[in-house]
Amino acid sequence: MALLEVRNLGIAFGGLHAVDKFAVSIEKGQLFGLIGPNGAGKTTIFNLLTGVYQPTEGEIVLDGKSIVGQKPAMINKAGIARTFQNIRLFKDMTVLDNVKVALHNQVKYSALTGVLRLPAYFKQERVMNEKALSLLKIFDLDGEADQPASSLPYGKQRKLEIARALATDPKLLLLDEPAAGMNPNETAELMEIVRLVRDRFGIAILLIEHDMSFVMGLCERIVVLDYGRVIAEGDPEAVRTDPKVIAAYLGGEA
Amino acid sequence: MKIKSLNPNFRRSLVTYGIVAAAFIFIQILSGAGLLTSSLSGQLVPICAYVIMAISLNLTVGILGELSLGHAGFMSVGAFMGAFVSVCIKDALPGWLTLALALLAGTAAAAVVGVLIGIPVLRLQGDYLAIVTLAFGEIIKNLLNSFYIGRDAAGFHISFQDAPSLNLDETGEIIINGAQGITGMPRSASFTLGVVLILITLFVVQNLVDSRTGRAVMSIRDNRIAAESVGINITKYKMIAFTVSAALAGLAGSMYAHNFSTLVARKFDYNTSILVLVFIVVGGLGNIRGSVIAAAALTVLPELLRGFSDYRMLVYAVVLIVMMLFNQSPQIAAWRRKWAAKLKSRKPDGKKPDGKEA
Amino acid sequence: MQFLSYLVNGISLGSIYAVIALGYTMVYGIARMLNFAHGDVIMVGGYIAYTVMTTMGMPTLAGICTAVLVCTLLGVAIERVAYKPLREAPSLAVLITAIGMSYLLQNLALLIFGSAPKSFSSVVALQPLRLFGGALIITGEALTTILVSALIMVCLTLFVNKTKVGHAMQAVSEDKGAAQLMGINVNATISLTFAIGSALAAVAGVLLCSAYPSLTPTTGAMPGIKAFVAAVFGGIGSIPGAMLGGVLLGVIQSLSTAYISSQMADAIVFGVLIVVLLVRPTGILGKQTREKV
Repeated sequence: MALLEVRNLGIAFGGLHAVDKFAVSIEKGQLFGLIGPNGAGKTTIFNLLTGVYQPTEGEIVLDGKSIVGQKPAMINKAGIARTFQNIRLFKDMTVLDNVKVALHNQVKYSALTGVLRLPAYFKQERVMNEKALSLLKIFDLDGEADQPASSLPYGKQRKLEIARALATDPKLLLLDEPAAGMNPNETAELMEIVRLVRDRFGIAILLIEHDMSFVMGLCERIVVLDYGRVIAEGDPEAVRTDPKVIAAYLGGEA
Repeated sequence: MKIKSLNPNFRRSLVTYGIVAAAFIFIQILSGAGLLTSSLSGQLVPICAYVIMAISLNLTVGILGELSLGHAGFMSVGAFMGAFVSVCIKDALPGWLTLALALLAGTAAAAVVGVLIGIPVLRLQGDYLAIVTLAFGEIIKNLLNSFYIGRDAAGFHISFQDAPSLNLDETGEIIINGAQGITGMPRSASFTLGVVLILITLFVVQNLVDSRTGRAVMSIRDNRIAAESVGINITKYKMIAFTVSAALAGLAGSMYAHNFSTLVARKFDYNTSILVLVFIVVGGLGNIRGSVIAAAALTVLPELLRGFSDYRMLVYAVVLIVMMLFNQSPQIAAWRRKWAAKLKSRKPDGKKPDGKEA
Repeated sequence: MQFLSYLVNGISLGSIYAVIALGYTMVYGIARMLNFAHGDVIMVGGYIAYTVMTTMGMPTLAGICTAVLVCTLLGVAIERVAYKPLREAPSLAVLITAIGMSYLLQNLALLIFGSAPKSFSSVVALQPLRLFGGALIITGEALTTILVSALIMVCLTLFVNKTKVGHAMQAVSEDKGAAQLMGINVNATISLTFAIGSALAAVAGVLLCSAYPSLTPTTGAMPGIKAFVAAVFGGIGSIPGAMLGGVLLGVIQSLSTAYISSQMADAIVFGVLIVVLLVRPTGILGKQTREKV
């Protein structure tokens, strides 16, 4: 049984079918790419998978359990974490606190414990700090831990979003254009990090990216979307040479 | 790692407690030396109440990031509940116990009202949420204005029409008399009590903010969608912040009520809500220490400058507008940065500007 | 018959709310901000008309025209000084600034005119209308208010839908950036919206003071808040919504005052607002929007 099983997923905004009959099956530990021209519906699929939008039809099954109709917070608890195309950090909070917020459901104590500063508060805060710092270290952000998130340069903000998503201990990580706005060095570094994350945490990753060398170099399997429909799926080589994919990108007739 | 050695939030909290304690000692010395005017010493308890109001409103507006325009409503619930409890039990119990129970009752009543109002209000967002808090504030005021309760041998009688419709027998007494409010509370609130309650409020709010709960609340303020995406239960944490904020406003109200012998609901209208909002805007949204200082300073200032009070609200208005323009306008922010950079380059040893207060 | 008379009173009061609400709604539609100071522009309109007519003894028409002119300029000035610099700022900042502006106007009026109420002389010379053999009396003020409001509503709808400037306003409220690219002067359009809204506020001020002749610095505050509630009620940003909301609100208030209690009337008005917002979070005729993620 695959980790994520999506069947016949669709959503219509008014009369427009932004996503139609989308299906995908992602295995545990798989690096999966989701590509397609601008406006193909890629981010909409992320929004459907994470419960930001409710699908008009279709099934989403994570680890054998349907997650359709659940709220984003519940879906995150079920094991899907994501980053955003237009970065959404908690910008007035520190880099460390951004990650600690995401540890919310991993390390717990009650509000009253926090107010009264009971021993559990100090113990759990220490655990949180250690976990958060070790995550930040992977992304080389531990040096900026006590700076406000908004003060980070763009590339580091993207990395912080990934660290934050990982802190929720997901089974599946969705990355929405993780390399956007990065220079070639940063992109190469990011590829290494994504691989490292997959190996170290053993999670599946589904990513949207326009940088083709990034997707082709990283992903084991790719699904191509155009006008809300899947037009091709396969390994990078098969997708690269698929005439329908070439046509979609060049804007010609298939 | 610096973060591990001493939590900077904790250090900041300590400084705030210190400021309150120092102000208390300073006022006590002034008072002992007979340097305090009678009008100012009469203002001490209200000042403490407004400080607590400001801290609690900052929890909703600065920390949770939702504008509330009806905070005085919670204060009035606390005030009337506290006063009511006091009037009912003052003959039977010692003074300190009466006061303690009244404070607890006021806090609890405001918390309950906070939950009841929070359930519908927190489903809305932004401007709509603000206007509904305003609406609730006005509803509370109007309800209290036409609320009558009396007591006789048969027990309590309640009416929303007028005093005669309470149908009290000859032993009966009216406790809350509609728009004429409530009278006969023991005037047992003192400056010392006020300062203790401020410290308790600070303890609750500062510790809450610097905890798992507080971070969840602030994440909703900074980015609701991202907060949901990392598994934060938005409704729950909005509710916690809103209810604690309401409860503390109730505490302030209950204490405030015990500084006067008469209390009317008119006192807690939209203008009072706005006044407290001005305090926290001037003190800095999200900045707890700023709220304390601004609330105290802006209440004391007009007292100190006699004859200035005609202009008080005018000055408030101008301060509010100028503060907003100064802090929020992109052009002015750019201009400020330019000047800060110039000043820094002139003084190479210039200190880094302070980070944001928590 | 009693009921009819309350109803007419309600519609008349509601028409004033509607005219004020139009100002709120147009400004919200175009600038995405709640102009809390709008209610106080009404009060300024009242005081200007009072000064010209009563203090200076000039004719009624001069009073009305001066009030409209001053309020128009005031509205544009407020936007330029206080709101324009904050156009990119968070909505909380703009809202608080608007509240500050409202306080500023109230307290300026307090300093200039004092807190004692001024007795406003009605601008309406019309005789009361007696129907059903005198069983139902409609005052000239009520009649004028309803007619003037209806006229304003029609003109405004035509203006927004049929003129080039009106189309520009719609374009700016839809998408500022795109409107700018199409060669629309966004700043001028926003100024114009504030000008129209404030002119309407002046008219509302004169009508309000004619019907309820006691004028104080806080005269505009409650009607302002109520009108704002009306705008939200009808769906903020929608012109017919403001009209509908205003009239409904006036009727609800008038009937609750008559049949329940005047103390509770405001509570009921606000209660209805809350219920409407919970059922339809963007008001009766408001557009539902979806946040882009």
